[in-house]
Amino acid sequence: MRGICKSFPGVRALRDVGFTLRAGEVHALMGENGAGKSTLIKVMTGVYEKDSGRIEIDGQAIHFKSPQDAQAFGVGTVYQEITLCPNLSVAENMFIGRGRYAFVDWKRMREKAARLLDSLGIPARPTQQLSSCSLAIQQMIAIARAIDMDCKILILDEPTSSLDEDEVRKLFSLMRELKSRGVGIVFVTHFLDQVYEISDRITVLRNGEFIGEYEAAELPQFELVSKMMGKALDDVSSMRKREPSAADGETPVFEATGLSSAAGVRPFDFAIRKGEVNGFTGLLGSGRSESVRAIYAADKVTGGRVRFKGKEASIGDPIHAMRLGIGYLPEDRKGDGIIADLSVRDNIILALQVLNGFWKPFSRKQAEAFADEYIRSLNIKTASSATPIKSLSGGNQQKAILARWLLTHPEYLILDEPTRGIDVGTKVEIQKLVLKLAEEGVSVTFISSEIDEMIRTCSRLIVMRDRSIVGELTGDDLTENVVMRVIAGGSESI
Amino acid sequence: MKRKRTHGFQVLLPLSVLAILILINLVKGADYFSVSLINGALYGNIPNILFGASELVILSIGMTLVTSSSGGQDISVGVAATITSSVFVRVLLGSSAITWTAILAAFIVSCAVGIVIGAFNGSLVAIFNVQPMVATLILFTAGRSIAFLVDGRLSPILANDLTSQIGSVIPGVPIQTPIILTAAFIAVVAAFLKATNLRLYSEAVGINPKAARLNGIDPVRIKLLTYMILGVCTAVAGFIAVTKAGRHDSVNLLKFCEMDAILAVAIGGNPLGGGRFSVSGSIIGAYTIEVLNRTLLRLEVDPETIKAFKAAFILVLMVVSSPVVRAYAAKGVAKIRARLDASSARDSCGPEQEEA
Amino acid sequence: MNTTRRKEAISNSNLLFAIAAAIFVLMYGFAILCYPRSFLQYQTFFDLFNLNAPLIILTLGLSIVMIGGGIDISVGAVTGLVTMCCAVYLESGTGSVGGSMLLALGIGVAFGVLQGFLIAYLEIQPFIITLSGMFLANGLLTTIHKDPLNVTLPEFVLLRDFELVVPWLGTTNRLGNFIPLAIKPGTVVALALIALLAVLMRWSRFGRNLYAVGGNSQSALMLGINVKRTKFGSYALCGLLSGVAGFVYIMTTGAGNVGNASGFEMKAIAGSIIGGTMLSGGVGNLIGSPIGALTLLTINELIRAAGVNSNFQSIVSGLLLCVFIVLQSVVLWLRGARGFRLALPAWLAPSGERG
Repeated sequence: MRGICKSFPGVRALRDVGFTLRAGEVHALMGENGAGKSTLIKVMTGVYEKDSGRIEIDGQAIHFKSPQDAQAFGVGTVYQEITLCPNLSVAENMFIGRGRYAFVDWKRMREKAARLLDSLGIPARPTQQLSSCSLAIQQMIAIARAIDMDCKILILDEPTSSLDEDEVRKLFSLMRELKSRGVGIVFVTHFLDQVYEISDRITVLRNGEFIGEYEAAELPQFELVSKMMGKALDDVSSMRKREPSAADGETPVFEATGLSSAAGVRPFDFAIRKGEVNGFTGLLGSGRSESVRAIYAADKVTGGRVRFKGKEASIGDPIHAMRLGIGYLPEDRKGDGIIADLSVRDNIILALQVLNGFWKPFSRKQAEAFADEYIRSLNIKTASSATPIKSLSGGNQQKAILARWLLTHPEYLILDEPTRGIDVGTKVEIQKLVLKLAEEGVSVTFISSEIDEMIRTCSRLIVMRDRSIVGELTGDDLTENVVMRVIAGGSESI
Repeated sequence: MKRKRTHGFQVLLPLSVLAILILINLVKGADYFSVSLINGALYGNIPNILFGASELVILSIGMTLVTSSSGGQDISVGVAATITSSVFVRVLLGSSAITWTAILAAFIVSCAVGIVIGAFNGSLVAIFNVQPMVATLILFTAGRSIAFLVDGRLSPILANDLTSQIGSVIPGVPIQTPIILTAAFIAVVAAFLKATNLRLYSEAVGINPKAARLNGIDPVRIKLLTYMILGVCTAVAGFIAVTKAGRHDSVNLLKFCEMDAILAVAIGGNPLGGGRFSVSGSIIGAYTIEVLNRTLLRLEVDPETIKAFKAAFILVLMVVSSPVVRAYAAKGVAKIRARLDASSARDSCGPEQEEA
Repeated sequence: MNTTRRKEAISNSNLLFAIAAAIFVLMYGFAILCYPRSFLQYQTFFDLFNLNAPLIILTLGLSIVMIGGGIDISVGAVTGLVTMCCAVYLESGTGSVGGSMLLALGIGVAFGVLQGFLIAYLEIQPFIITLSGMFLANGLLTTIHKDPLNVTLPEFVLLRDFELVVPWLGTTNRLGNFIPLAIKPGTVVALALIALLAVLMRWSRFGRNLYAVGGNSQSALMLGINVKRTKFGSYALCGLLSGVAGFVYIMTTGAGNVGNASGFEMKAIAGSIIGGTMLSGGVGNLIGSPIGALTLLTINELIRAAGVNSNFQSIVSGLLLCVFIVLQSVVLWLRGARGFRLALPAWLAPSGERG
């Protein structure tokens, strides 16, 4: 691909970007949020048409008008968001849109699907309706589909963000096998170690511009990060965790006993003190998200008692939690967080507005002042506060949601995966913000899939497995090794 | 900035259509705007349009809110208005004497019925998660028969001065009463939207109910509220329609007006899938439909053919405003502009351009 | 693997279809219990088809569009327009039955193609486009001919009165005479279309693509399905079926009339919904929809047999529609809740790492 340009109303998403993919290599595409990776990929796969530039496959100029076109030329894609049809069966999802025949041979399709699922070790049945599979399995099915297409080029856009370690390893061994068959793989991820584990070469984008193409072996990690961010990364280790002090030892800000929810969390006890940063950790599906959702009553609470600042409280609905001064940044940014068509401003003021009450809307001026303040202080990149939030990049959307809760001046803030799918720079910013909040006396519960991130920020870690709490780690136990061991359930085997 | 522009476009389209229609009317006869005073009240094309569109305007306001919060349309508004007005007539005719208080009381009862109807539709939509069109199909099927049962007989007649004054002119007031009522209703709605967060709440619920709930908005309550507001709208519209007609015809009262109301919402540039909304757009849309109807009549189009013309007109309008056509147009404009830029650039520094 | 042994969860489409079928059977059983004399006759059952073949055909077309996530409310008006055009053509003196068939199909397809193009390729909201289509067809209908028009062309009258006689499925009337079962050609057309379209939606690429588009059009696009063409196809097919329905209509009644097939769009939508098609798309069954329509028709027959005020007919229809809708929603909701609880073991069990 050479000289690709693409612009959207108001934004120039790509400017003169190009890169080459060789047969039989894994090529990582790196960049911060909003660098233009997703746009570039959508141009490659025919979802968007390019404004200018040329795409060549095997030296032949090609112009994709639609995803079918791209598929026909052997470009298979797995997108960051799952792009399968929830109402169809697993087998159909793997084969639809590919057949050349006018009629469907159900039996053969199911057999083929079963074989494929088996060989990849995906625990799903071909006849199962897709919507009954978990997100991780859906992602694996999407990958299986792409693999089965005998493509020359496979594009994986953040395929690992919803997979656990085991599944990632499985995926990597698959990628290696495909590589040996001569398939060129484009790999997008935010996990730096994954990049170095699997990639041969790396292309870096920044702000829609091409920064460079490097051999992975010749580009040290810190240099890659600085290339992505365009500035030397300030040392992460300079962050100082706030150790709990004696003054915090009074009654906890929030305390729950025997809390359980309709989402299937076993009853658990939990407490957090003023200015404390703690975290829930565990594998995907261990119940860490469900636990914090239970605290916030995001799922129906089925039992347990809650005390806020020592006083008995009942939280039956998110609004009750909000009134107490609890804020919750949900894991699923797109589904639970942003309100896509509304402006950045409306998204930021939403929670405070709701707390203010139905009969007391802010004036436009007030709302603008609130929004502008946080757009500036959190450095949210947006054309204006009236831009629909959906046109922002993921990291900036996340910051806007964060701004929404900061605006309410919460006493207790729950952040579920605030750093997922966003670039390194923003990740560090958010971690720093968490620590700053704690300094100011806000209690924070922080969840992240990246354990080092958790260890850096949290002073107490609650470890979950199989939907119940299996351990609590503080102080010197907070090392990657120990945490991993508890997560893996090896406490007896020490 | 960007929002303002798209928002502006929303209202711009029906407005320009309105302008074109008025221009056609002016070409047809320059006396289009003339207004005459008959028996102390103003008559003429403009008052007639305002008079004729009053029910449609009121219904389209409620429809806009419902569309925004629930992402679907209520196809039972005409039927609901028929039921509320049948209750109004029943209560009024049952009262000992027809006075202003009796009319007010009957109107309030009919509003209550409207709210109940709204709550019924709304609870199906909000609590049982039925798509709005399906939920309101129930009342659409059964409603006119219910209205007939309330009437108890075919077409009860409202033969008295007071209701006919509401339907036409109150002596001493130069403007027809339905126009005043409509204006008052619009003012009330505008004030309500200004004084509450209904806009933000309903847009949030319409776009992402899950996120709205996590931010403390109860989607069920907001959807119910919008349907109940629509219920009040149907009661007011039914009230105006029945006083205009002077009798209650349960079969033909406000027939097909649900379709026109939805059309008004669409012409007003509101996405029928819910979310952002513009009440002023819908109001302009409603008046546009009325002007269109009257223009076709004025152009002496066969009454039988009017519907076909109307359909063709709407199709053209929707094609012009469709995102795809708009994108094409924008691309075309950009190309022309680029060419102009390039040629002007070449004028200033020719050779460099050639190299590039 | 062990996965094949597990009992399969029924898909939403099939579940709703099962509910629809059960309700129809119950309803018909109830009718038999109340009025055994008329409802036990085969003729009564087939008369549901004989008299309502056009509606059933429209229900099919509408279901197809609804499965694709769209809506077409022009079908009734288009059907009406077709009947009038055919009547005028047949009465013009130059008309032939074959020609009128082509005319009917042509008009239907023309509407379908126009609407499909505007909806699929120009991405305009289907409700508004088909609403204008409804106005257009209605306006053209009254423009072409205002008054009822009886077709007297002998060829056509022959076709109109033609009946398939099934001698072994008859009934004895009150006088004790045996009357064989009579089936109108329209019934045959409707049944054939049900079979054909059910196969099409189940086994053809077009059908499966349409389910995918209705389920999630964005994903369908990414999966390499030509979403626009598929949507376009569904509207064109629906238009074609309106044409067929129009011809069947005039074949049954033999007259063009302004009021022909008016209001059928809502009846067809109601039928599709009772039959388990969801307006949100992606869920539905082409056998369920006609069953839904038959359920509604049975209710009407029941009320007619009971001899109540005709106003009650629509009230009871509405009431039952309400019951069905709520029932469906409750069943899906319960299932959703149960599915959620079941999701835990289903997710953990296959990984095979218990204890």
